[in-house]
Amino acid sequence: MIKPLNLIGQAIAYAAFGAMLGYFSAAPAYVYRDPNMAQIKISFSHAAQRVGECRRLSAEEIAKLAPNMRRPLDCPRGRLPILIELELDNQPLYRGELPPTGLARDGSATIYQRFPVTTGKHHLVARLRDSKRTTGFDYESAADVELAPQQNFVIEFRAETGGFIFK
Amino acid sequence: MTDYVISLRRSGRYAFEWLERGFDAMFGPSWNPFHQLGALGWFFYWIVVVSGLYLFIFFDTGITAAYGSVEYITNVQWYAAGVMRSFHRYASDALVVVMMTHLLREFVMDRYRGPRFFAWITGTPILWFVYASGITGYWLVWDKLAQYVAIATTEWLDSLPIFGQSIARNFLHETTLSNRFFTLMVFIHIAVPLILLFIMWIHIQRHTHPRVNPPIGLAVGVLAMLLVLSLVHPAISQGPANLNTVTAIVNLDWFYLPVYPLLDHIPGALLWAAFGAATLLLLLTPWLPPKRRRPIATVDLENCNGCGRCVADCPFSAVVLGPRTDGKPFTHEAVVNTKLCTSCGICAGACPTATPFRRASELAPGIDLPHVPVRELRERTLAACRALSGEARVIVYGCEAGVSLSCLSAPGVAALPLPCSAALPPAFLDFIITRNYADGVLLTGCCEGDCFYRLGIRWTRERFAGERDPRLRARVPRERIATCWAGITGSASLEQSLHAFRAKLKALAPLERRTPLSSQRLTEQASSND
Repeated sequence: MIKPLNLIGQAIAYAAFGAMLGYFSAAPAYVYRDPNMAQIKISFSHAAQRVGECRRLSAEEIAKLAPNMRRPLDCPRGRLPILIELELDNQPLYRGELPPTGLARDGSATIYQRFPVTTGKHHLVARLRDSKRTTGFDYESAADVELAPQQNFVIEFRAETGGFIFK
Repeated sequence: MTDYVISLRRSGRYAFEWLERGFDAMFGPSWNPFHQLGALGWFFYWIVVVSGLYLFIFFDTGITAAYGSVEYITNVQWYAAGVMRSFHRYASDALVVVMMTHLLREFVMDRYRGPRFFAWITGTPILWFVYASGITGYWLVWDKLAQYVAIATTEWLDSLPIFGQSIARNFLHETTLSNRFFTLMVFIHIAVPLILLFIMWIHIQRHTHPRVNPPIGLAVGVLAMLLVLSLVHPAISQGPANLNTVTAIVNLDWFYLPVYPLLDHIPGALLWAAFGAATLLLLLTPWLPPKRRRPIATVDLENCNGCGRCVADCPFSAVVLGPRTDGKPFTHEAVVNTKLCTSCGICAGACPTATPFRRASELAPGIDLPHVPVRELRERTLAACRALSGEARVIVYGCEAGVSLSCLSAPGVAALPLPCSAALPPAFLDFIITRNYADGVLLTGCCEGDCFYRLGIRWTRERFAGERDPRLRARVPRERIATCWAGITGSASLEQSLHAFRAKLKALAPLERRTPLSSQRLTEQASSND
C-alpha cells in the first residue's frame, strides 16, 4: 500500500527530474559570437596549375603505351600550392599557402576560414596565386562592403567565372 | 593507482547508497529508479522511437520544408505531434541522464570487471551512438540551433585528416545546401538508432532475465512526468536557419551538446584525440586493475542429474545444459562456461543435492564452489551453532557484497559470510531450525532490489516463498527467518533488525522439533566426508 507521504515524495522527485530536463534541454543560452559583430568566411576548393609543363608525346611514345592508356600529352601529376591573401581596410586579415590535397599532391587546395569583424563599412581585397610566378597574384578582387551585425559574408573562388565571388 | 580506484569506487558506492536510501523511502526498493537505470534506458529509447515514428509522418525534407513541417508539428498540431516532439526531446535527454548515471553506478559498484567486462565494453559504443542519434536529430529541425550544430559539427569533422573536401563548405550559404542533404540526415537519424538498438541487444546478451522494462508503476510515473513537462514546457524551435547570418546566441541542449562550446577553445583535432583517449580508457577500465578471479563453479557428475536448476538461476548465463558424457541414465549435465562464471555460488544454492541433511553419502552437490564448498559451509554452520548460547540464538548469513558482519558480536549470535545470499541452499534453514541448532536465521546482503549478482535477492525471496526450486519446505516456520537487505552502509539497520528479530524469537512459543545430531554422529559424518 502506497502511503500519501510516499506519493508526495515521488511527485517531488518526478517534478525535480522533469524540471532538470526542461531547463537544461534549452538553457542556459550559449553566446557563440558577439551579436554585435559580423563574420567573414572564406572557403573554396581550387586546383592550382601543375608543377611542370605538359609535353606532347611522339607517335612512337604513344604506340608504346597500353591501348587503354594512350594519351597525347604527358603532364606531371603534382600541383602547385595556392597563395591566398586577404586585406581588410588595408590591413592584412589572412595570408596563407594552401598545399594541394592527395597523397600525390595532385588534388585541389582547400580553405575554410572565418574571421569575426566589426560591423559597418569595410574595404575588402582578396588575392590568389596559383601559378609558378614568384611575385604578384593571378587573381585579385576588391569590394566595399557594409556588414550588419551577425552578417555572414562569404568569399568564394571560381576560376571559371573569373575569380573571387563576394556574397 | 589501484588504491585510488578502489577508494574512488568505495566513496562512490557510499554516496549512491545514501542517495538511494532516500529514494527507497519514496519509491520502495522495487520502483527505485536507481535500481532500474538500465530498464529506464530501454524505456526512454522506445519512447523516442515511437514518438519519432509519429513525427516522421509529418516531417518534410528540404531547406525550407523541414523547418515549416516542424513548425506545423509544434504549433498547429500541438496537442498530438507537438506533444510527441516534446516526448521525443525530453525522453532523449532522459536517456542521456540514465545512461551516464548507469555507467557511473556500475563503476562505483564494481560491476564491470572480471566476467562482467562484456557489458561494460559493449556499453561504451552505446555512448557514441546515443550522442550521434541526438545530434543528427537536432540538424533536422533546421532552425538556428540546427544551423549552429551543423556548422560546428562539420567544422569539427573537417579537423579529421580523412576528408578530401571540407564538409563545412556545404553550409556556406543557401545555394550550397541541397534538399537531398535533409534526406541523407533523415536516413542517418534512423540508421544510427537502429544500430544502437542492435548494440543494446548485445549489451544484455550475457545476462539472464535482463531488466529491459521498468516496473509498471515507475513507467506510469515517468510517462506522466513527460506528459506534464511536454504540456507545461513544450519543445520549440529557435527561429529558421539563415546561412547569411551567424547564429550568435543559441539555447543549447546541454545533455547532448556540451562539447560544442569546447570547440571554441580547444582545437577540433585535439578534442577528437581526447574523446578517442577517453573511449580507449573506458574500454580498458575493466582491467585497471583486473579483477582477481576466484575459483569458478565445478560440476560433480556423480551428483548431477542435469535437472537444470543451476542453469535457470545463474544470473550470467555461465551454466548451460550439455549432453551427458559419463554414461549415466540422464539426458543432460550441467556445464560451466569458465569465461562467464562470477563465482557467486547461486548455482550451488539452487542445487537440490546441496542439502545438509544428507548423511548417507558425502555432502557433495552436483555443482559447487571449490573455495566455499557446501560441505564446508555445513561444517562452519555447525561449529558456529555449537558456540551459540542463551535465548534467541541466531545464525546470520551475510553476502560478501553487503554490510560487514564484524559488527555482530552478541553471545547468542554467529555470523557466516557467503559469496551471495542465494548461495545458501534453503535446506540449510530447515536444517538449522528443525534440528534445533539455532532459534532463527537472518540473511543479510546487498540493498534490496540491487543484488551485486543481479538475481540473488530475488531467487532467495522466491525460494523462501515456495515459488522457486529449491523451495524452502513448508514445515520451516517463516517467523523464524528474517532478512535485512542493508548494503554496505546499513550496519545500524542490520543491528536494529537483528535486535528486533531476537526480541520476536524470544516471544515465540518453543518450537517442537527434532534434536540435533549427537556429537558422535557428527564426528562419524565428518570422518566419512574426509
